[in-house]
Amino acid sequence: MGRLSLGSFPLDNRRLIGALFLTPALLYIVLLVGFPFILSIAFGFSDVTVGNTDLSFVGFRNFLAVWENDIFRQVFETTIRFTLISQVFILIFANILAVIFTQDFTGKWFARFIFILPWATPVSLAMIGWLWMLDTKYSSIDYLLLQLGLLGRGGLLSDNRNLFWLAAPDLAQISVIFVQVWRMTPLATVILMAGLSSIPTDILDQAEVDGSRFMRTLLQIKLPLILPIMVIALLFSMITMFGDMTVVYVLTRGGPVDYTRVLGLYSFQVGIEGGNLAQGAAISLFAFPLLLAMAIFMLRTASRAEVR
Amino acid sequence: MNVLGFVLTNFWSLLVLAFLGLVGLRIGWRARRYGATRKELRYVLRRSPFYFVVLVFCFFAAAPFFIMFLHTFKTDGDLYRRPQPFVYRQEPTLEHLDTLFNNTAYLDFIRNSVLVGVAVVIITLLLSLPAAYALARLTGRWGERAGILMFLVYLVPPTLLFIPMFRIVVLLGLKDSPLSLIVVYPSFTVPFSMWLLQGFFKAVPPELEEAALVDGYNRVEAFLRVVLPLSLPGIISTVVFAFTLTLHEFIYGLVFIADTSQRTLSVGVPTELILGDVYFWQPLLAAALIVAIPVGLAYNLFLDSLVQGFTMGAVKG
Repeated sequence: MGRLSLGSFPLDNRRLIGALFLTPALLYIVLLVGFPFILSIAFGFSDVTVGNTDLSFVGFRNFLAVWENDIFRQVFETTIRFTLISQVFILIFANILAVIFTQDFTGKWFARFIFILPWATPVSLAMIGWLWMLDTKYSSIDYLLLQLGLLGRGGLLSDNRNLFWLAAPDLAQISVIFVQVWRMTPLATVILMAGLSSIPTDILDQAEVDGSRFMRTLLQIKLPLILPIMVIALLFSMITMFGDMTVVYVLTRGGPVDYTRVLGLYSFQVGIEGGNLAQGAAISLFAFPLLLAMAIFMLRTASRAEVR
Repeated sequence: MNVLGFVLTNFWSLLVLAFLGLVGLRIGWRARRYGATRKELRYVLRRSPFYFVVLVFCFFAAAPFFIMFLHTFKTDGDLYRRPQPFVYRQEPTLEHLDTLFNNTAYLDFIRNSVLVGVAVVIITLLLSLPAAYALARLTGRWGERAGILMFLVYLVPPTLLFIPMFRIVVLLGLKDSPLSLIVVYPSFTVPFSMWLLQGFFKAVPPELEEAALVDGYNRVEAFLRVVLPLSLPGIISTVVFAFTLTLHEFIYGLVFIADTSQRTLSVGVPTELILGDVYFWQPLLAAALIVAIPVGLAYNLFLDSLVQGFTMGAVKG
């Protein structure tokens, strides 16, 4: 590589080079995220469909229609409930696992590989495994329960040989939440691991010199120190889950009836499958204020904790 | 086939044997090396609750993949007639793998996914390498704000944007073409990579660049010849994770492309290998497992590096 020079262009000007380096990426993002986002709002206020492409302004009609729709109300509530319930379990498991995986033990590499699989596998493909395990007739979970005597004639859980995981309202909801926890715990764990490994070693050494036991170090030193990171982990998994439609698309398509239909899926079904782009856009826009509030709240909590 | 048949039909005994063998080997090796068998045994016993917890978590994490593996080689009769999911009663078969590769569009899906992934990674690197360096070193407060903006953009879920994106893709005439995905995917890989790379760049000591500047290099040269080579491990792990992000994406792929032969893995497998109510279970499960294992290995290999980049970007940023 020869010497780089562009005539009299000031290749040493820090600010100029900085702006030059940053602009292409910023431009791409503004074009590919900002523009569609504004278009999405425009769609929400129009009557655009797959067939009819011109945007004529219809005011708040779409939003009102969506808000007054009973299905939408249920979908909205389901989405929030799924998100909140799963976060509790994700945080508990992620904390335990982060502590486990920041220690040294024999077989750690293999254990970590196994435990990371749910996160590494493309969601839609991992769901195929669950779809088969939760199958109405051939469910391997049902088979185990049957062998334990919990299913079948006189069984504790049901007289039937199957539980119909994805066909019974309660069980379908439980299944979806369980699977979401299953696939998102590793991500939260990895973020927490980053937090744990960033604690300055001199603090931990000092604690050891002072004779602090494992549990005490964990509860009184490590956990308070990684609190801001925990908030970031929570933010990540909440927003991922709130916007997710893949899990329910593969597992239940929102069924039975509407019991597992979430916002993303509903917007897809109305907007793309039903061809009503305007209403689909309006539905997904209802998620935005909530997402924004979550992001701002969590970022503020995180930065406040950092200052302290 | 014979080896596979033997392994699968004796699966459980082999698993238990392997586990006990490994534990025994470890105890034996440690005892020989440190010469205190009883102490070693006591140590293993004391650690067993810890390992029990690890095993329970591993069991839940692995269950679907384990089931995928176990069922890929079953004949239809073994799978559906009075099913016993955990044992082989009939000779294992490779017939379903043959079906998957020769009678379905699976190879097309793989080709499309790789094509899209590689193209997106190249675009991502071109955009995010300089941008991340600018955020790490060159810009002041407004750069910091741009960084936070990028972080927020990464949090905008595809479910919020797929409808207008669909419209744009149709207008550009890119519908049913993997090109549409190549254009759109950088919208999430670029913020992600910028964030990660910024962490790796910050880990390079600034003195090295200062030295290069004193030697008569300009800023751009210092970036190209000092910072980039030094952060190569970080860049490689960014490539790996950006690639897998494209592999994971589902919604855009589902909405933009309806043509079977143009679909990517994550969309093609769950939609095209299921015909109405007919599930081709063994090929389906195999198709998922074949993707899961290499990606899992790659993640495990580069995890430490990801954690490091994350820490540098988020904590010291």
